[in-house]
Amino acid sequence: MFVNTSFQETTTSKTGFRKKLNSAYWFILPYAIFFFTFVILLILISTLLSFTYYDTVNFPSFVGLRNYINLLTQDTDFMQFALPTTIRYALIVGPGGYMLSFMLAWILAQIPHRVRTISAIIIYSPALTSGVLMTVVWRVFFSGDNRGYLNNFLLNLGVINTPVQWLQDPQMITIIMLFVGLWSSMGIGFLAMLSGILNINHEIYEAAYIDGLKNRWQEIFYITIPSMKPQMLFGAVMAIVSTFNAAGIASALTLSFPPPQMAGWLIVDHMNDFGFARFEMGYASALSVVLLIIVLLFSRIAKRLFGGEKE
Amino acid sequence: MKKPPIKKKKSSYFGMMINPERYHKSQIKFYVILAPVLLVMMLPIVFIISHAFKPLDELYAYPPRFFPTRITLDNFIQLITATQQTGIPFGRYLFNSILVAALVIFLSLLLSSLAAYAFSFLNFKFKKWLFTANQVAIMFVAVAVAVPRYIVMSQLGIINSFFAHIVPLLAMPVGVFLLKQFMDQIPRELYDAAKIDGANKFQIYRMIVLPLVKPALATIAILAFQSAWNNTETSQLFINDEALKTLPYYFQTLTLGTSSIAAQGISAAASLIIFVPNIVLFIILQKNVMNTMAHSGLK
Repeated sequence: MFVNTSFQETTTSKTGFRKKLNSAYWFILPYAIFFFTFVILLILISTLLSFTYYDTVNFPSFVGLRNYINLLTQDTDFMQFALPTTIRYALIVGPGGYMLSFMLAWILAQIPHRVRTISAIIIYSPALTSGVLMTVVWRVFFSGDNRGYLNNFLLNLGVINTPVQWLQDPQMITIIMLFVGLWSSMGIGFLAMLSGILNINHEIYEAAYIDGLKNRWQEIFYITIPSMKPQMLFGAVMAIVSTFNAAGIASALTLSFPPPQMAGWLIVDHMNDFGFARFEMGYASALSVVLLIIVLLFSRIAKRLFGGEKE
Repeated sequence: MKKPPIKKKKSSYFGMMINPERYHKSQIKFYVILAPVLLVMMLPIVFIISHAFKPLDELYAYPPRFFPTRITLDNFIQLITATQQTGIPFGRYLFNSILVAALVIFLSLLLSSLAAYAFSFLNFKFKKWLFTANQVAIMFVAVAVAVPRYIVMSQLGIINSFFAHIVPLLAMPVGVFLLKQFMDQIPRELYDAAKIDGANKFQIYRMIVLPLVKPALATIAILAFQSAWNNTETSQLFINDEALKTLPYYFQTLTLGTSSIAAQGISAAASLIIFVPNIVLFIILQKNVMNTMAHSGLK
């Protein structure tokens, strides 16, 4: 209806009704309605539940700060395994995946269109299918008997004599989990960076080289990255969110819940355990509030590191 | 100005290496780095494809072989014919899934782009506050919201209806964030110029802003498709009527019930059926993801 009206027409017939249609609220309102009912409201209810005992059957009973106090003082699985594992996972896979995403996006931008498209699909594909589904593949790959692809391959090469139990040793599980995490980290942030790099105007580069830019490293740090700051920030936020969101990788790899010696036990695993195995929704909600605070803290730090971001 | 002009010309060539038209031997170094990366990233896709077409006896074979020696469609036939037992034909699940995905893509793109436009270009009350809420929502891990969501949806009376698939997926905070980030790169002069020419806010959105953020729209479309197409939660928790459930849920019920090695082939075939439309959509939209705005008079 608006599309067909030409520019001139609107200027001449700007009635009060049209002015009202031109209000900013019409643009934000449709989204705001769905955002409040299906996002904010759920977060609020979940936060309220964190102050209750709730077994999903009976009506939640108010317990004050008990969930939070238990979390901080009695939950040894959280303090010993979930929290340190999650932070270590996030610190390695977050920045690692972020840099890998940028590097691969930058390399893809240097090659012709057709090869780039195919490569982009392949690189994005692990993030495209649900991550846990894909860990099935890695489970077969790292399988501990001689049927496992990696064992079979190494046995044939003569590197090892007996099959290695890749998925028994907690340290090995952690390393494999980090690998799977990095492998599936080229998600939407990667796509945004790719289009960000490709959208930079050639003339900016030309002008910079005339001004004395010497090599490609300077080009990346003085031209490419500053020209795509919005996409870099988006990539950083997505890297932080997706690493703290990660769950179930170690369980899917080892086929046991919880995994041997709690290796690779992440906060969201802990949450799922309380919410869906023990039906302590109140406690699970308290965990999600604590996780939100941790994520906010880390994104604040990341923003500080980036420096001078306006948001 | 110490450098001779010839040197300048040579070095300005570097920037031109971004988005090249054709193959050049200077690109070899990138292929050398890219090849092993692609090999590792590709492994699971190849695995799924080869497993999906593997006959049962080869799944048990020792030594394990990556590629099947005899290609079979048994796994797919099993997936499609098993439906007869439940009474709902395979096509019905497929139809539901396609309809849900199409509606979710269209509506969520519309809502997110309108909102992002407001955040980037317009002023309204609570703008900063609302954007902060949006950022926080992105960071909230929605594990314990299944029960609250059920409460909200039953209050709205959309449990066990087709809308249950669509409505909860429409608000995409990530989509708004990404679109806003792209819109922030559009020069404000463009907006002002259009305004002076007499365009109203909707016309500027429709004719100037949307075409310039096509890469972001394409990216969000891929994301929205994924969230709808891979969704099993809605069919599992909010839908009782079997005829309203979607394809991934149906596959899940099939693959969860069978023994582990025999299920490998079927679940690989199921993954492939779920996976292929993602790739097709990506190929259709990639022109936009990798679209360059350099020619559209930007900056």
